[in-house]
Amino acid sequence: MFKILSKEFLSESVFRMDIEAPLIAKARKAGHFIILRVDERGERIPLTISGGDPEKGSITIIVQKIGLSTLKLAQLNAGDFIHDVVGPLGNATHIGITGTILCAGGGVGVAPLLPIAQALKQAGNRVVSVLAARNKDLIILEKEMRETSDEVIIMTDDGSYGEKGLVTHGMETFIQKEKINEAVVIGPAIMMKFASQLTRKYNIPTMASLNSIMVDGTGMCGACRVTVGGSTKFVCVDGPEFDAHQVDFDELLLRLGAYRDLERKAMLQGPFTYIKQGL
Amino acid sequence: MITPEILSFERNQPWREELRKSIKQADRTKIEKHKMPEQNAVVRSGNIEEVNTGFTPEMAVEEARRCLDCVNPTCIGGCPVNINIPKFVKKIELGDFAGAAQVLKETNTLPAVCGRVCPQEVQCESQCFYTLRLNKPAVGIGNLERFAADFERNSGLISVPEIEEKNGIKTAIIGSGPAGLAAAADLAKMGYDVTVFEALHEIGGVLKYGIPEFRLPNEIVDVEIETLKKLGVKFESNFLVGRTATIDQLRSMGYMSFFVGCGAGLPNFMNIPGENFVGIFSSNEYLTRINLMGASRDGYDTPVLSGKNVAVIGGGNTAMDSVRTAKRLGAERAMIIYRRSMDEMPARKEEVKHALEEGIEFMCLHNPLEYRADAQGRVLQVLVQKMDLGEPDASGRRKPVPIAGSEFLIDVDTVIVSIGVSPNPLLPRTLPDLKTTRWGTLVVNEDSLQTSISDLFAGGDIVRGGATVILAMGDGRKAAQAMHEYMKKNVSVK
Repeated sequence: MFKILSKEFLSESVFRMDIEAPLIAKARKAGHFIILRVDERGERIPLTISGGDPEKGSITIIVQKIGLSTLKLAQLNAGDFIHDVVGPLGNATHIGITGTILCAGGGVGVAPLLPIAQALKQAGNRVVSVLAARNKDLIILEKEMRETSDEVIIMTDDGSYGEKGLVTHGMETFIQKEKINEAVVIGPAIMMKFASQLTRKYNIPTMASLNSIMVDGTGMCGACRVTVGGSTKFVCVDGPEFDAHQVDFDELLLRLGAYRDLERKAMLQGPFTYIKQGL
Repeated sequence: MITPEILSFERNQPWREELRKSIKQADRTKIEKHKMPEQNAVVRSGNIEEVNTGFTPEMAVEEARRCLDCVNPTCIGGCPVNINIPKFVKKIELGDFAGAAQVLKETNTLPAVCGRVCPQEVQCESQCFYTLRLNKPAVGIGNLERFAADFERNSGLISVPEIEEKNGIKTAIIGSGPAGLAAAADLAKMGYDVTVFEALHEIGGVLKYGIPEFRLPNEIVDVEIETLKKLGVKFESNFLVGRTATIDQLRSMGYMSFFVGCGAGLPNFMNIPGENFVGIFSSNEYLTRINLMGASRDGYDTPVLSGKNVAVIGGGNTAMDSVRTAKRLGAERAMIIYRRSMDEMPARKEEVKHALEEGIEFMCLHNPLEYRADAQGRVLQVLVQKMDLGEPDASGRRKPVPIAGSEFLIDVDTVIVSIGVSPNPLLPRTLPDLKTTRWGTLVVNEDSLQTSISDLFAGGDIVRGGATVILAMGDGRKAAQAMHEYMKKNVSVK
């Protein structure tokens, strides 16, 4: 059992949790994720670690209420316990000095982006960032991203905050203004698809962190498989970060939708009455 | 280890002699072999209860009477952990069922598991006098093992093996599957302070996530794990060694030796077009969702896609487990697609027989070429090709050869790829000095199972690349003995 030390809503649907997990706090690096199970009948869901405090023995996750398990998680509060947490999983981000790096985060994707941006900045890179979301309410971690970035552009689909437009618009602004050596894009698969199409046009090496469905998270099940450069990779043991220009995002999108109908039914009927075997 | 002297001493005990004299050998060989009672095939394919229901005490005693208590019990040589087979069988004939269970536990940590999942027909029972000399069906050793273990469990009087005085030396087991559990039991009995580390949230490894309820109920595994806890074994779940803590960190926490029994993790795929479509699973994923995560049970959050037309690719025991599970989850057509013929199929005969009875279709000598899907990416069809058998290949089995122009489409909505696993690279990657083979399995000394790192021993599928529960347990026991020798030499005992 893993104790929730604090919980705070960053927006109506996005919340931050500090969880007591001393060993993971000590071992984690930027890019790592955990698998958690809310209760003893819960599913195993992967969540990127967006920060941590080895002294306090805590890790931070930032989660969007999007499905059954994240809804259940959102109902827990400081002092409550999460049944299972395992990690750190996946490969840590390779952090080198390459010059100017464009960090683009879509929606809750800014959460996994933050520790990477921090590490890139600390290593001595110039970091310019685009934070994009549907509306103002869904822009998260702006203060933290501003602290770690040399410049920031905010984009909202409805223009309720920052500039009106998609993430690619903000990215292109930076690309046309200065030489970008590398890009990091993290967010919904559809956002990463278009963001990496843009950087391909400008020949900017780009890394994406993939958010596929997982069960064990240690290589055993293959639920997270994705085609990269024409061959099948497992996000949990080969990733989660890949050369964005090699990723088959269309396949990833289809695979992410595998349980959408089942999930929708489950949400309609309340958390404990999953329809199990429909097609 | 059991020696011929011990065996003959045991055999000469008055109770054994008396028992032998009580029935003439010729009369013993006339007794018909008892079949394992099982649930009706139609009924059972609609539930997840165990298929085999177990011997009654009368059946067990009758079956035990068939055993001739041979001077040279060849059956023992067929058992990877050298169970004293005649002794436990004769205890059953005597009616001392708890005593029989105790004999089993001297050498086998998980008798209720092995009695269910061991391929006895190629192990002990293949070396039975009935098989070798009489050309009659062997004594049902596996069924008797299961009977004795079940009797003990149901009686509530589970014996805990004797433990030597605690020596306070810490030793770590990585992975809580059959290899790890066997090693943990032996080391605990020798007095060591044993901790088992498991990456998943449940203890039991493949016994929990892989083998379905209808073949091995989880409850039985839990009872065996409870026995280990009574021996003082500690369990740490949600702990991925190499990541949550490294081997070096564990060394600094005082662990003096390690047993790696983390299994062969990565599922193999065929790498054919369309294999990543929605509705195509590895058997590991499909079975884990159902067995470990409870996807088919009410009140559990994990979903699974299991449709009406299910194809399972492969012919091993895991393929049988998958296809029979699909049937139980409501498949109207559940089929095995296997590229060789029935004769080459690696699954246990019993599993194939059960599958046939349950209405599973066997499309032998067929091989998938590609998958087709709808606009949402859900698999709709598999293109298969007919095969012929050619000359024997390196495995000694006749090599399947494609028949040109024989391709055709089969409608499917779910596909389970069950063509084996590759070793999990997670732990080896964190240990640069650990030698691996070109297949990624760990290199070990054959006698001691010691790896290229002196305090690290390994066994089960991470070494063998894919074997059976009992071979993994045999490795665990062998490694425990070698770790004991290693620690005697290298650690000052308090």
